[in-house]
Amino acid sequence: MSATTIAALPDGAVAEARFAQATQLQLTWWRFRRHKLAMVSLVVVALFYSVAVFADFLATSDPHATDARRSFIPPQGIHLFDDSGFNPHVYGLRGVRDPRSFKLAYTPDPARKLPVRLFAQGYSYHLFGLFETDIHLLGLEGGARTDGIFLLGTDQLGRDLFSRMMVATRVSLSIGLAGVALSLLLGVLLGGISGLYGGWVDTLIQRVIEVLRSIPTIPLWMGLAAALPNTWSVTQVYLAITVIISLIGWTELARVVRGRFLSLREEDFVVAAELAGASQMRIIFRHMLPSFASHVIAAVSLALPAMIVSETSLSFLGLGLRPPAVSWGILLQDAQNIQVLSGAPWLLSAAVPVTLVILAFNFLGDGLRDAADPYG
Amino acid sequence: MLIYLLRRLGLALVTCVFISVVAFVIIRLPPGDFVDAFIANLAASGSSVSAEQAEAMRRDYGLDQPVLIQYVRWVGRVLHGDFGVSMVWRRPVTEVIGDRLWLTMVVSLAALFLTWTIALPIGIYSAVRQYSLGDYFFTTLGFIGLAVPNFLLALILMYLGFRYLGLNVGGLFSAEYVQAPWSLARVWDLTKHLPLPAAVLALAGTAQLIRIMRANLLDELRKPYVVTARAKGLTERRAILKYPVRAALNPFASSIAYLFPYLVSGSIIVSLVLGLPTVGPLLLQALVAQDMFLAGAIVLLLGVMTVVGTLVSDLLLMWIDPRIRLEGGA
Amino acid sequence: MVERTSLSIRDLAVQFESEQGVVRALDGVSFDLQAGRTLGIVGESGCGKSVTARSILRLVDRPGRITGGRILLDPGTPAQADLVALNPDSRQMRAVRGGRIGLIFQEPMTALSVHYTVGNQIMEAVLQHSGASPQEARARAIELLREVGIPRPELRLDSYPFELSGGLRQRVGIAMALAGDPDIVIADEPTTALDVTTQAQILALLRGLQERKRIALMLITHDMGVIAEMADDVAVMYLGRIVGFAPVMELFKAPRHPYTRALLRAVPSILAAPRQRLSTIGGAVPHPGLRPTGCAFHPRCTEALEGRCAREAPPPIPPGQAGASCFLAEAVA
Repeated sequence: MSATTIAALPDGAVAEARFAQATQLQLTWWRFRRHKLAMVSLVVVALFYSVAVFADFLATSDPHATDARRSFIPPQGIHLFDDSGFNPHVYGLRGVRDPRSFKLAYTPDPARKLPVRLFAQGYSYHLFGLFETDIHLLGLEGGARTDGIFLLGTDQLGRDLFSRMMVATRVSLSIGLAGVALSLLLGVLLGGISGLYGGWVDTLIQRVIEVLRSIPTIPLWMGLAAALPNTWSVTQVYLAITVIISLIGWTELARVVRGRFLSLREEDFVVAAELAGASQMRIIFRHMLPSFASHVIAAVSLALPAMIVSETSLSFLGLGLRPPAVSWGILLQDAQNIQVLSGAPWLLSAAVPVTLVILAFNFLGDGLRDAADPYG
Repeated sequence: MLIYLLRRLGLALVTCVFISVVAFVIIRLPPGDFVDAFIANLAASGSSVSAEQAEAMRRDYGLDQPVLIQYVRWVGRVLHGDFGVSMVWRRPVTEVIGDRLWLTMVVSLAALFLTWTIALPIGIYSAVRQYSLGDYFFTTLGFIGLAVPNFLLALILMYLGFRYLGLNVGGLFSAEYVQAPWSLARVWDLTKHLPLPAAVLALAGTAQLIRIMRANLLDELRKPYVVTARAKGLTERRAILKYPVRAALNPFASSIAYLFPYLVSGSIIVSLVLGLPTVGPLLLQALVAQDMFLAGAIVLLLGVMTVVGTLVSDLLLMWIDPRIRLEGGA
Repeated sequence: MVERTSLSIRDLAVQFESEQGVVRALDGVSFDLQAGRTLGIVGESGCGKSVTARSILRLVDRPGRITGGRILLDPGTPAQADLVALNPDSRQMRAVRGGRIGLIFQEPMTALSVHYTVGNQIMEAVLQHSGASPQEARARAIELLREVGIPRPELRLDSYPFELSGGLRQRVGIAMALAGDPDIVIADEPTTALDVTTQAQILALLRGLQERKRIALMLITHDMGVIAEMADDVAVMYLGRIVGFAPVMELFKAPRHPYTRALLRAVPSILAAPRQRLSTIGGAVPHPGLRPTGCAFHPRCTEALEGRCAREAPPPIPPGQAGASCFLAEAVA
């Protein structure tokens, strides 16, 4: 009865009426919007996913094109101005023979300016996997085949890191989504059964969850992933890794769903619906699901970063996705060797998107979780 | 209480059986069997094995028997401490693993200890001084800790150490002690090397625990018994430390149960980056080389030790919570 | 029978400040507590009853704070102290908590910590307010438990609260409030969470203790039945103000404030005709942040004066005098 429970009420009497009639998801959304950090994170996540969708369009050169001569080129900025005014350009490459090893290596040559153009033609790809095109956001006009825009430098094989990062974003984010989707399916199904029926089914599922949670996951994943046949295609490995990751990932979601089911079963409105003779299906879908959908969304957005880290870890170890697939973990694999890394620190740049995405998903999930209890 | 104890023990046992099945599956999973891999391995080094020899080996290892019998025989051997022979090293698996398993546990436990000692005071501080500058500082730090996977952190530290200090910050021993037999000096050397990997491993868990402690304590601080304590005339400090902190310790203590497997997991991958002589690098080598007896043994041993660690933490929880101690419920 | 005034509250104001604006939880509350007498405070949820109790002990949590008024302990004596002027964390204030003023809670389950034995929690309070040794404190705790009617106190001392029934727990709560031997006791809905028979026992216990120890009891409740049984004087609160004050007989016989009348009508009566609908007060207590203009009760008042009540606020009741903060009561008087 203290006055401290006044929490979040929209202003005015009209708003109060609106508040009283709003659905659970609307309430959640209203509360969520007040969370500034979570809103920013939502935008960040949206940006990341648009990068994933338009990865090839954003790539400046073919992420798989190797050229040993241009290995380990440091990141190059785009110079916006030159003596004649606004004229975005990058420097061309010049072959220099190392005086000791006699190896030919390319270095930027300030004397050769290559103009950068918007919507330039480059390697061809399928937009949305459907339309074949060769238009890219940025490209060079003229220049030799070896020239390119190396915003983040190149790796040992001379592949452009920025372009690879774009494509990797697609793979890493989509594997996270796929993993979560699979976990969600398992989690909602098993958690739901567990919470709804109780009894020995519940006990059994709870014990399985406890067993799964008490096992160190990485060695398990490593073992399973290493057992994937070498002959499998990139797609098969991708699917298998998704399955392996979600085999463990579903437990947390199941826990959330079960918890909600258990507490909702006691709620007055569910009991009321039961007494009114509503069928079980109707109670579940009409009364219970809407009131914990937001909890599940919150749990999903907290599970996603875990999935992404899992994939990144596995690929980093060389047991996850296999080249030619590109993911953040595979990019970071190149940074494993400390000698290589000290010479080419830009190889670590994939750490930035990993950290950013995890951070954004965590803030997002936190905001959603707070918002999911509109009356709490 | 006894029922609770028995249930925990039973569950631990079931978990161990499950782990053994997984380990066995890992051993069996690669296409072809261990003998095929062995032959391929030999072929790579130039020698070869005749078909008869291969058959004999298969019989030796019982590979011609049904899977279930193979599993039972394998478990039987494992229980006698015989984990098979590592193909790559051509030595018994136990010998190859050696100290590495214990070092893995030492690193994980050190990380656990660090996690607790850091997270507890900071969590209390953040909850009691909610929305203070310090709270914001630690919350931000905590989020970063959560967001940077520990192997990335290890990579970055390695890079910084190499680049600016010119030294290799990895490893658990100084060069002169790597091969040395155990002695007090070697233990001391280990103690000196332990904080860095432990800190790298502990970061994410610490961040998580600070959040758990803060959230729980915030919940508990609103409970009526806190007002009761203050209404008795206790100092603010005593009222908070004796009552809500005590209550918030419960979920904190039970957090070991899931934190420990997580730390063991993390130690595998961090060890690879920091070059720690734990089972991590060995497991990776074994998996890549399809040295399945070694890999299976490592997975099994790691899993079992984690289960034991979790069990210990459960008993600890039972000891501090009078409700479980007296009633025996979960 | 003129009793010593133990506590005088004058124009107490408490505000809660939040993003949504300032909420005036208490807005000029004045009353006296006298030794050996019981003041009942009634009102609907959210009227500021519990905030009053907490303000007296200086236990209002942020964002709430006392913005005005005085809380005088032992008024008119050389030892008079204004609790509002004290630092809430000071040694002096802590000596008052538990030592001079004991607090009994609504929820005996949550008001006791499950992690310590009953004895531990009572002895702690004893030790806090006396120089007793642990053995003496233990003896005192057993004595306290016996005093509140707990059978076999030596054994109960080592029980955990969750091992006791609700009634026993509330007795422990009372014992704890009395551990520092206070002469003022605030009971915040002490029987709300209990079943009816236990309620009666607890009330009887409180009354007995009060008579024996000449305690000034402040009894907060929303139950008119409890008021009728226990109180000497009654203060009716609405939205952070005292709108009616009267000796208990007078209040029930001739309630002066329309809100008091409405509250009394809402009490179920054993004498009512079968199937008769229970009277309710129309509308709900407004959100304290949306206090109506004029008399705060006017939107729900069936007797509101057209024009006047919505514009002007009736004057507060002078402390210690029977009366109602209402223009109608003024007209009658």
